[in-house]
Amino acid sequence: MEEAPHGCPGADSAQAGRGASCQGCPNQRLCASGAGAAPDPAVEEIKEKMKTVKHRILVLSGKGGVGKSTFSAHLAYGLAEDGDTQVALLDIDICGPSIPKIMGLEGEQVHQSGSGWSPVYMEDNLGVMSVGFLLSSPDDAVIWRGPKKNGMIKQFLRDVDWGDVDYLIVDTPPGTSDEHLSVVQYLAAAHIDGAVILTTPQEVALQDVRKEISFCHKVKLPIIGVVENMSGFICPKCKKESQIFPPTTGGAEAMCQDLKIPLLGKVPLDPLIGKSCDKGQSFFIEAPDSPATAAYKSIIQRIQEFCSSRQSHNENLISS
Amino acid sequence: MLRAQGKAVHQCDQGWVPVFVDQEQSISLMSVGFLLENPNEAVVWRGPKKHALIKQFVSDVAWGELDYLVVDTPPGTSDEHMATVEALRPYRPLGALVVTTPQAVSVGDVRRELTFCRKTGLQVIGVVENMSGFVCPHCADCTNVFSRGGGEELAQLAGVPFLGSVPLDPQLTRSLEEGRDFIQEFPKSTAYAALTSIAQKVLHRMPALHS
Repeated sequence: MEEAPHGCPGADSAQAGRGASCQGCPNQRLCASGAGAAPDPAVEEIKEKMKTVKHRILVLSGKGGVGKSTFSAHLAYGLAEDGDTQVALLDIDICGPSIPKIMGLEGEQVHQSGSGWSPVYMEDNLGVMSVGFLLSSPDDAVIWRGPKKNGMIKQFLRDVDWGDVDYLIVDTPPGTSDEHLSVVQYLAAAHIDGAVILTTPQEVALQDVRKEISFCHKVKLPIIGVVENMSGFICPKCKKESQIFPPTTGGAEAMCQDLKIPLLGKVPLDPLIGKSCDKGQSFFIEAPDSPATAAYKSIIQRIQEFCSSRQSHNENLISS
Repeated sequence: MLRAQGKAVHQCDQGWVPVFVDQEQSISLMSVGFLLENPNEAVVWRGPKKHALIKQFVSDVAWGELDYLVVDTPPGTSDEHMATVEALRPYRPLGALVVTTPQAVSVGDVRRELTFCRKTGLQVIGVVENMSGFVCPHCADCTNVFSRGGGEELAQLAGVPFLGSVPLDPQLTRSLEEGRDFIQEFPKSTAYAALTSIAQKVLHRMPALHS
């Protein structure tokens, strides 16, 4: 669908093709025939593919620039520290695919085999997929409208040979649009364990997080919790703390209490984080003693606990 | 940020009336934020619906006589960006201000934004490097929290002007949070100096975009 009129009821609504705004729309006949509402066969195909994946986690943010991709990469690093845990990281930020750079994988290529596309392996137990690997130049822009981005996401979920994976982490672009709707819809039959939402402390960022939370409720996506990033800065010279992004309304802590959502943790701003990402290195290796590393590790543990408790809960349901 | 939350958008014969954010009525604002009943409500729209609204924001808002229309966009090179360029293409001069933070990871994404500008025939007024250094309020030592130099390098690489760097200033953040006028309240801040210098450069470059 190229362009919908103002007041478009949506291709999958009961009014599709029948509303007053539908008159003159090029897709009117298609919508009225009910074709827009037919379930995509890819959903079942993806459910089959996801049988070898134990846990699926979405990393979301309302706002750009709050550290979502940095967090996704380090969540992957952290989980993969245990050599027996298989981790996969899928980057669905089609227009701004930063994961390859953050993980030092720029220039890597994706290969095709009989069983599908192979992810790029950072370690034996950590595989990564991103549109970044499909672009030939760092200047290439992906100037795609929603439907084409959705097609790419479908392919990533259906055609990548992930193999046996304990955790599939999906890094998203900021917002609540095509990419988010698509990933939730395509994984509808496979089930997503939950979403981790990133924010910075200031109210302008929290406002967007509240919308992100509202999105999760709307699409019935469980929320694992919120991470407050860039939470305080320790001056390397005088060691005193200051707030670069002041929590004028109480930060994520107050918001989480208000909305009864877990605050998974607060990560302070350490300039070494940005530097590590720029070099494509894990911050955990570059600065193992940083308070930011400790904060990340604690958050990752809470995410693992959430996933395990869901697994036991589901197993109990099946056996009862 | 402009302390206009909760304001309503009204209709007049010429279309939707934008919201004035200052006493002198020199700055008017239109945003989807004004159309939401509940500020916490998520706008979960796919591309076509966003595209349609953006076209309306250009054609159906009674902007009146304007010297400058500034369009704030989300990150990326997708529906919103294409819709905006399409809707504004008939109007001249039209240029893009491209904002990055200093570190290589951001520059990596913003390079693609510059390609978008080139491919869509959108002239680049220049590159701005934001969040460029933080001056510790306790000891005045400046730390490059998000690294440094990326903005200038990017501008050089792309052959476009580098307009300047804006440092991280918690006073600026706080003013935005509280909807206060940063320009009035903190004229001595380094961020103020940087912002006004960049604004001057933009004003200076706009006439050259006519051709």
